Amino acid sequence: MAGTDPISQFNIYELFSFGTIGADAEGAGGFELAFTNSSLFMVLTVGLIAGYLILSTRGRGLVPSRLQLVSEITYEFIANMVRSSAGNEGMKFFPFVFSLFTFILISNMFGMFPYFITVASHLIITVALALLVMTVVIVYGVMRNGFGFLKLFVPSGIPLPVLIIVVPIEVLSFLSRPLSLSLRLFGNMLAGHIVLKVFAGFVVTLTSMGAFGIIGAVLPFGMTVALTGLEFLVSALQAFVFTILTCVYLNDAIHPGH
Amino acid sequence: MSIIGSIYGQADLAVQQQDGATWAGAIVVAQAETDISSEESTVSGSETSQGGASEDAVIVLEGTSGEEVLGASSHGEETTTGTSSHDVKDSGVFPPFDSSTFGAQLFWLALTFGALYLLMSKIALPRIGEILEVRRDRIEGDLAEAERLRKKTDQAIASYEAELAEARAKSQAIAEDTRASLKADVDAKRAEVEADLTKKVAVAESRIQKTKADALANVDDIAADTAVALVSKLTGKISVKAARSAVATVVKG
Repeated sequence: MAGTDPISQFNIYELFSFGTIGADAEGAGGFELAFTNSSLFMVLTVGLIAGYLILSTRGRGLVPSRLQLVSEITYEFIANMVRSSAGNEGMKFFPFVFSLFTFILISNMFGMFPYFITVASHLIITVALALLVMTVVIVYGVMRNGFGFLKLFVPSGIPLPVLIIVVPIEVLSFLSRPLSLSLRLFGNMLAGHIVLKVFAGFVVTLTSMGAFGIIGAVLPFGMTVALTGLEFLVSALQAFVFTILTCVYLNDAIHPGH
Repeated sequence: MSIIGSIYGQADLAVQQQDGATWAGAIVVAQAETDISSEESTVSGSETSQGGASEDAVIVLEGTSGEEVLGASSHGEETTTGTSSHDVKDSGVFPPFDSSTFGAQLFWLALTFGALYLLMSKIALPRIGEILEVRRDRIEGDLAEAERLRKKTDQAIASYEAELAEARAKSQAIAEDTRASLKADVDAKRAEVEADLTKKVAVAESRIQKTKADALANVDDIAADTAVALVSKLTGKISVKAARSAVATVVKG
């Protein structure tokens, strides 16, 4: 962990390896099945979510305990989100949406701890999640509607000349969805953590410069505290935004005809 | 993307001071390389255009193979970089764009997210859903039960009131009956008594009448006797018979 370098917090390093798969004779190529710090926090995230939800509801209390209530509130929150934006039919995607939200939220919250890596600050993760969402949308949309799914690109009640302009725009906007979905989450988590680290780095650098430095460090320190609060907000908000957009896209798959 | 570019520059500066910063070494390597190749030496520092970051990434990616890193560092000013970029698995690329970690990340994401999905959809969510449903059913059941009991209570109150009204009517009827029978009784007795009295009055009256008649009859006798006495005193003798007839005529007259 390099002190004030704002990028090193995103380093992925191997904790241990399960060996390399598909390497050639010289050991080059192939892909190393490494258990990295990122993997660790994915496992911790899943462990925490599943552990909490399962253990807190173990009593199946008719009158919920405080811990159980948190699980129930989360459940109701996501269920209402899915129901209100994708309708009752969208509820078949409820476990998927719930997993997405809790995974992003909890991994982002883990990322708020110093020295913990933020899983979603790596583009490959957010791209994978966004593509997963779009794959589900497209596969389900085609399965359910067949060619009717293409109505997604043809808003109803629009005259033909306008359609010639609107349809390409709709196609473009659909294609840009995975892009915006993944880049939004990635960019927010990355930029937020970098800014946080930069300001924290100022504090470290300035305090090493003697008494004046310490006085000068008050301002960046205040900024760090404020930004930490902001980052908590952003972490939760981005999880929410990712999830609600997923619901909206799923709604398109269920009701493509606008 | 411009953030990344500028951060690069900053990192570059900040990092110079510390040794053992694996990433730092790589940056220097990357920069050394660009120094050699062309005037693009500022790419990793001040470039702010969209292309800046990607170009950056490309240049840095070149450094991923160990050979080139070493080669570059031999050209560079810093000799420590060659070793530091080897001991940790870190190719010096901006970490989120380091494609060598993509495989492992995707693998673990698939594994963990898949596990999470399974755990959620098979265990946690059905359980919470069941808890909520049981509670909703229970509340609805309780409400229905309360409603049923309320209806029952209402019914009981209604029947109680009906019975009360009936009882009241009955008691009234009984009272009425009693009053009527008493009245009838009293009336009958009064009638009896009155009849009795009337009879007695009648008897008494008849007796009075008789007595009166008797008395009146006696009055004639007395009058006759008196007349006889008077006449005999005044004139001498008079027969009682004559006196009587004379009285009778007077009385009738």
